Amino acid sequence: MPAFLPILKSWPRERVLEGLDDVNADDVRRCMNKRRLRIEDMLCLLSPVASELLENLAQRAHGEHLRHFGRAVNFFTPLYISDHCTNQCRYCGFNARNKQQRHHLSSEEIVLETEAIVQSGLSHVLLLTGDARHLSSPAYIAGAADAIRHLVASICVEVYAMTQEEYALLLAHGVDGMTMFQETYNRDLYANLHPAGPKRDFAFRLEAPGRAAAAGMRSIGIGALLGLDDWRCDAFYTALHAHWLQSIWPAVECSVSVPRIRPSGSRFTDIRPVADQDMAQYISALRCIMPRLGITVSTRENAKLRDNLLPLGVSRMSAGVSTAVGTRANGHSGNGQFQIADTRSVKELSDDLARMGYQAVLKDWEDPGPPLPQPAQGNGYVRHA
Amino acid sequence: MDAACDDFFAIGGKNLSSRLFVGTGKYGSDALIPSICAASNAQVITVALRRVDSGGRGIMGQIPGHMQLLPNTSGARNAEEAVRLARLARAAGYGNWIKIEVISDNCHLLPDGYETVRATEVLAKEDFVVLPYMNPDLYVARSLMDAGAAAVMPLGAPIGTNRGLRTKEMIAILIDEIPLPIIVDAGIGSPSQACEAMEMGAAACLVNTAIASSSDPVGMARAFGEAVTAGRRAYLSELGPQSVRASASSPLTGFLGEKN
Repeated sequence: MPAFLPILKSWPRERVLEGLDDVNADDVRRCMNKRRLRIEDMLCLLSPVASELLENLAQRAHGEHLRHFGRAVNFFTPLYISDHCTNQCRYCGFNARNKQQRHHLSSEEIVLETEAIVQSGLSHVLLLTGDARHLSSPAYIAGAADAIRHLVASICVEVYAMTQEEYALLLAHGVDGMTMFQETYNRDLYANLHPAGPKRDFAFRLEAPGRAAAAGMRSIGIGALLGLDDWRCDAFYTALHAHWLQSIWPAVECSVSVPRIRPSGSRFTDIRPVADQDMAQYISALRCIMPRLGITVSTRENAKLRDNLLPLGVSRMSAGVSTAVGTRANGHSGNGQFQIADTRSVKELSDDLARMGYQAVLKDWEDPGPPLPQPAQGNGYVRHA
Repeated sequence: MDAACDDFFAIGGKNLSSRLFVGTGKYGSDALIPSICAASNAQVITVALRRVDSGGRGIMGQIPGHMQLLPNTSGARNAEEAVRLARLARAAGYGNWIKIEVISDNCHLLPDGYETVRATEVLAKEDFVVLPYMNPDLYVARSLMDAGAAAVMPLGAPIGTNRGLRTKEMIAILIDEIPLPIIVDAGIGSPSQACEAMEMGAAACLVNTAIASSSDPVGMARAFGEAVTAGRRAYLSELGPQSVRASASSPLTGFLGEKN
């Protein structure tokens, strides 16, 4: 099984920082004029020097984006089905040490939540749970997918790191994709931020997207939580990870989210600054390096910034978001995982995008599904051995 | 007489007078689609089944009734998935034309020739009108023909690049050797490139990105329609021979036939 850890180790932090520093304006201009950029060029495009040429970078990114994605933006929405968690991530509202009422939805409640989502026009759902295998087991998540797969166009999961066999189980129950945030690729910082719980295992989490790809997941999303470490370092490592995934499993639709840390119930304050300009540079650089990569900006960012980041390369947006469990249709009121900054409804967001000349795509998947009955004249073909 | 006036070509038993096929992706609004169809004068439109909402909302509600629908299997990674999607499209009432797209490399989006041939073989036997998207490879084209394809759709350049007829020499070989309509698909970035493909003898062009990503998609659709017509007329009128050198209008050997 291919592993990313050796690749990550081949790029120690000193090498990345050196690469970011050892750049002048001519390097950036030369880089931006290359026909095809290499992953190493990401350091040049992320460098502080490149931020002074951000408009040029943004123009190239916009051109790439327009050619490959046009003026269409895919919408999806998170569906939190359980916030019980055994981890103690210092920055997270679901931290096991936080004293709060927690919820764990039944299949019936999950269906009600999904029906409310479908009512708003959305059809791509991201199922989320905390890390509590005793409650939110792979079988529970598979059951949730079973309960709603007839209602939606696709189901992805953002849950704890699983084994390849567990991802295969989810696939068999209609889950098409997974998202796994490494949070930070800085191993020492990771250990400090995750003092207890299964999530402490850096390598097991790091290789989860690869295991999901090996199991056959169609779409895989990754990302770092910007603001934990120097954003440029984590941005580079995220791009490296995505590039590696895409190279090893070219059939996978790979995407990167660019979440910036938001206030939560954790009272976490040790935040490294990430400016709006940094977000623009990161997205533009990603789009130039990997023109076909999915790029997601969530409701962590406010409406104005989301709208302005869109032309730089954003292909997916979350909409109609609640980060708490059971608030759409089950009357629960709980603490969300984090505060959202863009509170527009699906319709409001769609209308705003339309005014900018962009179209919200509410459905962009058709599950080839289980084998259909062969028509009478169907003549079988030889499958791969 | 204008040779292009009654210049039809047939696919799946249907006579088509327009040689421009259009797409439905990447537009800032699906509401543009009727204007795109009208301005381009296209008769065939491709739509990704993955984008079709069974509730009748969205794209399908925008496609004019006179258009020949060409559902495509975007998202299929192998022959089995393409076959399933084609069957779903027909079962949903979208007809028996199908553009096979089998792509298992999301970086370059190049079609998988082997899987495409396998899917074509199955679907042609099920009476689909199969138009496979392909690399312009002579052997794959022959296999597709043998498998029952109604036309072949070679790429001019990687999809979405607008880089033009980068595979021109290979497409020319297909035009010479494959007795099926050759429909140049993907990569055409400007009307002049579509015109060039038609001058070469391509049966038609499919253009989406270049129209959808322009500042005025309706104006660009019209430009492509005119360019395809112009290219076809040039092909039918047979271009004059080309030479790398200028040709003197007063030939040096003209005196040989003259009387003293």
